[in-house]
Amino acid sequence: MAHALADDQYGLASPIRPGPVLEIRDLSVEYVLESGIVGAVENVSFDVAPGEFLAIVGESGCGKSTLLFGIAQLLNPPAEISGGTVAFHGRNLVQLTERELAAVRWRDMSVVMQSAMNALNPVQSVGAQFRDAMRAHGKTSKAEIHERSVEVLKMVGIDPVHLKSYPHQLSGGMRQRSMIAMAMLFTPELIIMDEPTSALDVVAQRSLMAQIKDLQREYHFAVIFVTHDMSLVRHFSDRLMVMYAGQVSEVGPTQKLFDHPHHPYTVGLMEAFPSIRGPRVQLTGIPGSPPDLARPPAGCRFSARCPKVMPRCETDPPPEYEVDETSVRCFLYEDAGGSQ
Amino acid sequence: MTELRTEPGHQHAEPDQEPLLRVDRMSRHFNIGSPVSRRTLHAVDEVSFTVGEREIVAIVGESGSGKTTVARLLARLYKTTSGEAYFQGKPLSGIRSRRERLRYSGLVPMVFQDPFASINPVFRVSHGVTRALKLHRPDLTREQRFTEAVRVFDAVGLTPGAEVLQRYPHELSGGQRQRVGFAQALAMRPKLILADEPVSMLDVSIRIGLLNVMARLRDDAGVSILYITHDLASARYVSDRLIVMYAGHIVETGPAEEVLSSPRHPYTQLLLSAAPDPKADLNVAAETDRGEPPKVINPAPGCRFRSRCPLAIPICHEVTPQLVELGPGHDAACHVAQSGAEVKAF
Repeated sequence: MAHALADDQYGLASPIRPGPVLEIRDLSVEYVLESGIVGAVENVSFDVAPGEFLAIVGESGCGKSTLLFGIAQLLNPPAEISGGTVAFHGRNLVQLTERELAAVRWRDMSVVMQSAMNALNPVQSVGAQFRDAMRAHGKTSKAEIHERSVEVLKMVGIDPVHLKSYPHQLSGGMRQRSMIAMAMLFTPELIIMDEPTSALDVVAQRSLMAQIKDLQREYHFAVIFVTHDMSLVRHFSDRLMVMYAGQVSEVGPTQKLFDHPHHPYTVGLMEAFPSIRGPRVQLTGIPGSPPDLARPPAGCRFSARCPKVMPRCETDPPPEYEVDETSVRCFLYEDAGGSQ
Repeated sequence: MTELRTEPGHQHAEPDQEPLLRVDRMSRHFNIGSPVSRRTLHAVDEVSFTVGEREIVAIVGESGSGKTTVARLLARLYKTTSGEAYFQGKPLSGIRSRRERLRYSGLVPMVFQDPFASINPVFRVSHGVTRALKLHRPDLTREQRFTEAVRVFDAVGLTPGAEVLQRYPHELSGGQRQRVGFAQALAMRPKLILADEPVSMLDVSIRIGLLNVMARLRDDAGVSILYITHDLASARYVSDRLIVMYAGHIVETGPAEEVLSSPRHPYTQLLLSAAPDPKADLNVAAETDRGEPPKVINPAPGCRFRSRCPLAIPICHEVTPQLVELGPGHDAACHVAQSGAEVKAF
C-alpha cells in the first residue's frame, strides 16, 4: 500500500514481495594475509524484513563494515567470503556474477558510504553523477533522468539547483543527503548505510537521522545502518545488533535491548555513555581492548574483558541463546532458554 | 585596555590574583580568496575567558565554531590577529627567546585529536617521552629520564610503564596511544594541557577511560585542562566549566552543570536538544531541519545565530550581543536572554 506512493516506474514490478528482503545465513568473511588468516566476520545469520530499520553497532575492528561489504558483495582481496549465503528475496548474491549483480545493485539494493566527500566525484557536478548512475542501470532518456534527479533531491530537502553544484560547494550535511538521494534513484527495497552521519556535527546528524526515518516511512525501504554510536540509533532503529570481534553478541528489538541489555558487552557499552541529563555518575567504560582476530581466543571472545567471566568461558565458545525475543551469545543465559 | 568592561571569567578570580590563563579579546582572522577579491574569515572573534588552577574547562562547539583555532592560538601554532592571552600573568606575545618558548610549550603542551598520526611510528613510544624530557628537563640524567618516563606512563594507566615504553605505536590500541599523548604532555610537568578532541577518534568503550585519566590528572597532578570537544555529554562528565562557541564567538559560559541544566542561549539549547541521549525519550516535535553554522566571512554586526534562531528580534540583526552575567558565573551573549525574557528556543 505504501509502495503505491512510489512512482511505479521506479518502484518494483510487484510492490511488496512477501518474506524477508534479506536472509543471511552463516556468513563468514576472511582476510587472507601472508601472516595468516584473519576471520573478520564469523557465522553471522539474520533476516531483514521489508521496511525494517536494523542497526548494527560495534567498536572499530568488530567486523561491522566488513559484514556490510560482504552483504553488498563489494569485498576486495584480501577479503573474501569464506562461507554462508546472502539471499536477496531468495536469490543467493554470493553466487552471482558481476553482471548479474549489476542488475540488482542500485535498483533493488543500494549503498551509502561513510564519507560522502570521498564517495562523490569531486570534479563532476552532483547531477552528472546522478546521470551516470541512472545510465549505468538502464535509464537513458535525458528528460526522464532530469525529472527523477530533481525528484530525489527534493525528497531529501535539497534545492534542485544543486544538481549543477560540485561536491565542494555543498555542506557536509548536504553532501551526505545527496548521497542518500542518489541511493534512492530507483527506490530500492534495501539501503545499506555505513556510518553515514559520523562526519557530521550533532545538529546535522540529528536532522539527517530524522530525515532517513521520514523517507523510510514514506517509501518503505529497509535499512541496515552501521554505526559505532549506539545512542544515535536508540530512537530510530527497530532492531539492534551488537557485534564484537566478528561475531554477533546480541540481537533483539532496540527498545528491549536498551531497557534490558543481556550480554555483559552490551551492558558495558550502555554504561560507557555519559549522559547530559540526570545525576553525574562515575563511569568505567570497558577496560582492555578487543582480541586479535588472527589468533582468536578459544572460548568466548569477550572473556578477557568480561566482568562476569566464568571458567568455562575461557575454553568453550558460547552458542546463542534465546531470551525474551533477544538472542544472546553468553553462557549466563544457558538456563534462560534453549540454544538455537 | 579593556579594564572597564566586565570581563567574563573575571568574576572567578580574586581581584588581584591573576588566573592561570587569561584570554583577553583574542581574535584570529584568515585571509581567503584571490588577491583581487580579498576576504577575511573570522575564525575566532574577540573571545575572553579564563582557566584557573586545577580546573578542566571545556570548549564546546560544532565544526567551524573556532574551538580548535583557540587551542592552536594558545599553543602558539597561530599568531593572534588582535587581543592577547596571558599565561601566569605574562602575555604570550612577549615570548621571544628559544628558552621562553621551550618553557611555555613545556608548561602548556597540546594533545592532538588523532592518536594514529601524532606518534612517530618508526620509534618505540619511549622515544617521544624521553626526547621531550631531554629537551624540557635537561637537568635529568639518563636513568632519571627513564624513571620519570615510567612514572608518567603509570600515571596515565599504561601499566607496567617500563614494559609499555618498549613497544612500538602499532602494538598499541587507539586508547593506549592517546594515553601516550597525555603521558608525553605530563612528562614536562605542565600546568595546563590543551586537549583538542582527544577522545573523538576512540571507541565508545574506551573514551570513558581516557576522560577518567583527565580527571585524575586534575585531581592528583594538579594540572588544568582546556578540553576542546563537540560532545556535550563528555564535556559535562569531565569539566568544571563550559564555554560554548558559535561561529567564532563565545555565546555562553558558566559552571558545566549550571549551563546544561538551565541553558540561557538558544544555541546551547539547540545543541542540547540534538545531542543523542539514550536515557532520554525522543522529543519528536523538535525534529526539524535547523540549518548549519555560517562561514563568518567579512561579517556585519549582529548576532551570528540569528538566522537559525526562532526568537530573533530586530536588535539581533544590528548589534552583536556581548557576554553578560545572568547568574553566578553564568554568562550568555543573547539579547533576548539579557532582556530578562525566558529563553526557550528548542
